Amino acid sequence: MVTANPTTERVEKLAIEDLTIRYGDTVALDSASFKVFENEIFGIIGPANSGKTSFLRALNRMNEMTTGMTVDGVVRFDGTDVRDWRDVYALRSRIGVVFPLPVGLPLSIYDNVALSPRLRGIKSRAELDTIVEQCLTRAALFDEVKDRLDSLGSLLSGGQQQRLTIARALSQDPELLLLDEFSIAVDPVTTMRIEDVLKDLKQELTIVLVSNLVRQARRLADRTAFFLGGELVEVGETEALFTGEVKDSRTTDYLEGRFG
Amino acid sequence: MSSSFSTTDLNVRNQRNERLFKLLFGLITATLILPVVIIIGTLIVKSEGTLTWAFFTEDPTNGMTEGGIFPALVGTLWLVAVALIASVPLGVAAAIYLSEYAKDNWLTRLINLAIINLAGVPSIVHALFGVGAFVLFFNFGTSILAASLTMAVMTLPVVIVSTRESLQAVPQSFREACWSMGATRWQTIWRIVLPNSISGILTGVILEVSRTVGETAPIMFTGAAFFLPFLPSSVFDQTMAMSLHLYVISTQVPHVPEGLPYGVALTLILIVMVLNSVSIAFRTYLRGKKKW
Ligand SMILES: Nc1ncnc2c1ncn2[C@@H]1O[C@H](COP(=O)(O)OP(=O)(O)OP(=O)(O)O)[C@@H](O)[C@H]1O
Ligand SMILES: [Mg+2]
Repeated sequence: MVTANPTTERVEKLAIEDLTIRYGDTVALDSASFKVFENEIFGIIGPANSGKTSFLRALNRMNEMTTGMTVDGVVRFDGTDVRDWRDVYALRSRIGVVFPLPVGLPLSIYDNVALSPRLRGIKSRAELDTIVEQCLTRAALFDEVKDRLDSLGSLLSGGQQQRLTIARALSQDPELLLLDEFSIAVDPVTTMRIEDVLKDLKQELTIVLVSNLVRQARRLADRTAFFLGGELVEVGETEALFTGEVKDSRTTDYLEGRFG
Repeated sequence: MSSSFSTTDLNVRNQRNERLFKLLFGLITATLILPVVIIIGTLIVKSEGTLTWAFFTEDPTNGMTEGGIFPALVGTLWLVAVALIASVPLGVAAAIYLSEYAKDNWLTRLINLAIINLAGVPSIVHALFGVGAFVLFFNFGTSILAASLTMAVMTLPVVIVSTRESLQAVPQSFREACWSMGATRWQTIWRIVLPNSISGILTGVILEVSRTVGETAPIMFTGAAFFLPFLPSSVFDQTMAMSLHLYVISTQVPHVPEGLPYGVALTLILIVMVLNSVSIAFRTYLRGKKKW
């Protein structure tokens, strides 16, 4: 898989078939179908209320924790319908999520990152130490916080908390990483650092990147989908979209900043 | 806008109104505080000399016209402690269920409504319920157990409501972050929600205690005795209690020296004030340790 030519032999990580998401009677996403391949960064762009966050919530069955949210159609994760996973907690633990606003849990920095391993039953302090250092390092945060791992994660700066959230997601050892407009509360320099981290991570896992910045999607995503008002307007190779090979004129309008 | 209506006139009027309302609301507040000041002041003046060490440590003697309040003091502690042991675990469990597990449907809303209404039921009604349920039906007799359970039932709604509020003060984003890592609801509650609401829950509980200390009606028919100059040895005994003792010596017993009821009343208020101070100190401590 690593040696395979990425354009010819791509392994399917997610298959979305006729996915429709509703809140009561409001349709947030209307029968979308597309695939996400292993070891790619899959970008999702679109203006506010286009159903991007709702889509992410359907992937790890967080819709079950949201009153009024219903999901029809199929999401296949590694070929299996996510609804057929008997253990939803095991499913979620394989999917890391980073939210638009950083969520530093009211625990120490160390405990933030050690939480997921602990939930998996890892107790050995040495093992936890290794995981914490590794994940913080990969999220480009370790050097800034290594002397105060005991202080509260929720009191870090916004940009630091977002990297802490990424470290926490990585501590799940996920196969799929969902990022929802991660750079909203992060300064440009930190954003660039995180973007570099994501490019490296692509070697090991699959990333779905919802972005409010069209240019960020262009920098990072291998393929990109364009959502608009609950409709999947377009999906294709990112470069192709940006160089004008689009089927729908609304895509060009959005990419060129004519709305949204 | 007519130009003759100059803004400076308006400013002057606004400033005058501002002063007027500040004064008005200040006066209203002062009138409200006044009764409290008068009550405590009267108690302190009239009870002069009664609050001695012996008053707290000796039995009442001579038909309750002399001596101390020791058995009533101890009895009140028993009643409150047993009531807490019953109401806190149940109330906290119910609040966790309602806040963290229950779906927002008509049944949950009905239960919430019932809880709020239950909090408004007069204590004498709870007393009669206690007689029927605990004294007679469960056959606990008039005992600390029956009286405390009656008070527990009475305080349960308030414990539930205050606990639920503390739980809901924990931001939803923390729960979502935990769930999306694969944590169960219980793991999330145990590791994140409870540790960050426990101080708020305890504050509510302490406030609740201070309320039960003064209750008379619910214990009067279920377990508190007029006069019982020895200490209870188990929850199946009757006991004296501060609140009932105050009622008895001020209305039922002849020739009580004037200072005595005032001394008992002042002691009651002191207990409540100490408990409330603990609760406020706790809350201040909690605010200082705010974690987000
Ligand atoms: N919990 C909810 N209850 C009801 N409606 C919701 C809920 N969450 C989202 N919606 C609705 O679903 C639609 C899609 O919302 P969603 O959050 O998926 O959009 P989005 O593309 O992520 O937007 P943004 O860029 O602003 O984050 C919107 O119309 C929104 O109002
Ligand atoms: Mg969103």
